[in-house]
Amino acid sequence: MNDPLSPSPVVELDGISRAFGGRAVLDGITLQVGRGELFGLLGPSGSGKTTLIKLITGIDRADRGVVRLLGERMPRLSMLQRFGYMAQSDALYAELTAKENLMFFGALYGLGGVRREERIRSAMAVVDLLEHLNKPVSAYSGGMKRRLSLAIALLHEPELLILDEPTVGIDPVLRQSIWRELLALRDRGTTLILTTHVMDEADRCDRVGLIRDGRLTAVGSPADLKARTGTATIEDAFIAIGGGARV
Amino acid sequence: MRIRALTIRIIRQFVRDKRTLALLFLAPLLVLTLMYFVFNGREIKPDLGIAGVPPAMEERIAQSGARVVRYDDADQANRALEGGDLDATLTLDNGRPALRLEGSDPSMSKAVLLLLRQAMQQDAPGVQLQISYLYGKADLTSFDSFGPVLIGFFSFFFVFLLAGVAFLRERTTGTLERLLATPIRRSEVVAGYLTGFGLFTLFQAALIAGYAIGVLGMYMDGSVWLVLLLNLLLTLTALTLGTLLSSFAGSEFQIIQFIPLVIVPQVFFSGLFNLEAMNPWLQKLSYLMPLYYGADAMRAVMIRGEGLSAIQLDVYVLLAFSVAFALLNVLALKKQRPI
Ligand SMILES: Nc1ncnc2c1ncn2[C@@H]1O[C@H](COP(=O)(O)OP(=O)(O)O)[C@@H](O)[C@H]1O
Ligand SMILES: [Mg+2]
Repeated sequence: MNDPLSPSPVVELDGISRAFGGRAVLDGITLQVGRGELFGLLGPSGSGKTTLIKLITGIDRADRGVVRLLGERMPRLSMLQRFGYMAQSDALYAELTAKENLMFFGALYGLGGVRREERIRSAMAVVDLLEHLNKPVSAYSGGMKRRLSLAIALLHEPELLILDEPTVGIDPVLRQSIWRELLALRDRGTTLILTTHVMDEADRCDRVGLIRDGRLTAVGSPADLKARTGTATIEDAFIAIGGGARV
Repeated sequence: MRIRALTIRIIRQFVRDKRTLALLFLAPLLVLTLMYFVFNGREIKPDLGIAGVPPAMEERIAQSGARVVRYDDADQANRALEGGDLDATLTLDNGRPALRLEGSDPSMSKAVLLLLRQAMQQDAPGVQLQISYLYGKADLTSFDSFGPVLIGFFSFFFVFLLAGVAFLRERTTGTLERLLATPIRRSEVVAGYLTGFGLFTLFQAALIAGYAIGVLGMYMDGSVWLVLLLNLLLTLTALTLGTLLSSFAGSEFQIIQFIPLVIVPQVFFSGLFNLEAMNPWLQKLSYLMPLYYGADAMRAVMIRGEGLSAIQLDVYVLLAFSVAFALLNVLALKKQRPI
């Protein structure tokens, strides 16, 4: 696996399919995400993005095909330590304060003591929530909960971040600041995989995969996709490739 | 460390949720108190007919709260009992004291028995009282006799409900999925839940038992520690069963739907009702009910004052139920995460 000339991909999907109750939700997806990449999964709602994310993380198991994460065949318990995850819906304990939520998840990732305190402060600084650290989550707005979820994903400084719709419900100004941080993380060597609805976000990814009805219809850099379809925006490119899907 | 983190989190959530705390701790006390007033509310002053009883004893019986009526001979006294004038008669049968109880009101029978036992302990210790009933049998069904069952039942019921709902909420709000996206083992999730909730159920068990015995004066002849142990085992069973069944519920309301299916049958088989009239084959169903073992052991300890050796089997069975349900829980979590 450790060929020094071509570093093994961080995520390697080989012909994976997943069906729920006889209905195929993902159908033969093959994809590789390289180290240090910022990879975006773009697709309309219900196209299977979240399902794909769950297969990559090993929360779910593919019916067919192989998922490898950092060279290991998934699902595998020990690999859950290796990435930071942000689910599509905010999974937070509303009765607890933000800090208590962070302490809980930090402990699950093996953080303790002074180091955990440091990491909590630094992750909350990234999402600009430091001053709300001791508020109960029930008093948080939707956007604040989203940011807290992101802070939890950043907590143990993983080499890979898997974010399902990270900027949903966050206002434009804050979205900019979060993107600045995501790009900074990428520049420091973190690999990022995220799903999005928003076209200008897709434009900032190193590469995007267009997903529609459970199939990967195109993969490439935004510039590449625009050139291939002869369109000016990623939105037009998506429509040209996907056959008019609303995104 | 992960189990500890989960335990601390559950405790924190619990402490913030005042209503749930109240349900867990105060509701059982409220219901027990109601039961107490229903079954123990009236002051009992039995009418006791006596014939041929030594005057010293007659004196003492009268002092201890009975209305004593003296008859010339036993037949006369018993005729008065049949005529409904008396609650019991005390006569001498071949020199031995014989008590005949009217028997249709168990709490009355019990009051008479208690009163006489106290009186005789001082006047004639060691003398066996011959007891017979005009109606009914010696089966007591008053607060004292089914109190131990009630203690077990309330611990079981409220913990079942709360654990079921708490675990369900963890699933439906998505936090369980998020939790399972961390390197926590499925067994650690179950262990964390057991420890976090276990602490509260321990408090609850102590509170219920302490209140019933200390405040309501429930009859208690055995070791408090055994009562606590049994209560804890029962609540652990309720906890593991509640979380297990919540995997098969989609909403809080569906947890409620388990009550008639899982809780109510246990009440019937727990010893509150006499099952002698039931088909023997059906009676065997009680062996499947955790509450049957809990109630059996609680009665043995509280009423008969028996020790650990007498309730060993019940303890092992309850432990086995908890372990089995916990393991099934670990398996059921596979539905949420394949590893
Ligand atoms: N556990 C499940 N059981 C049944 N159907 C599911 C399940 N998870 C997802 N689906 C279905 O799979 C499809 C894709 O869902 P999802 O991956 O959440 O899409 P996206 O994240 O792109 O909006 C949807 O039609 C959804 O109803
Ligand atoms: Mg989704």
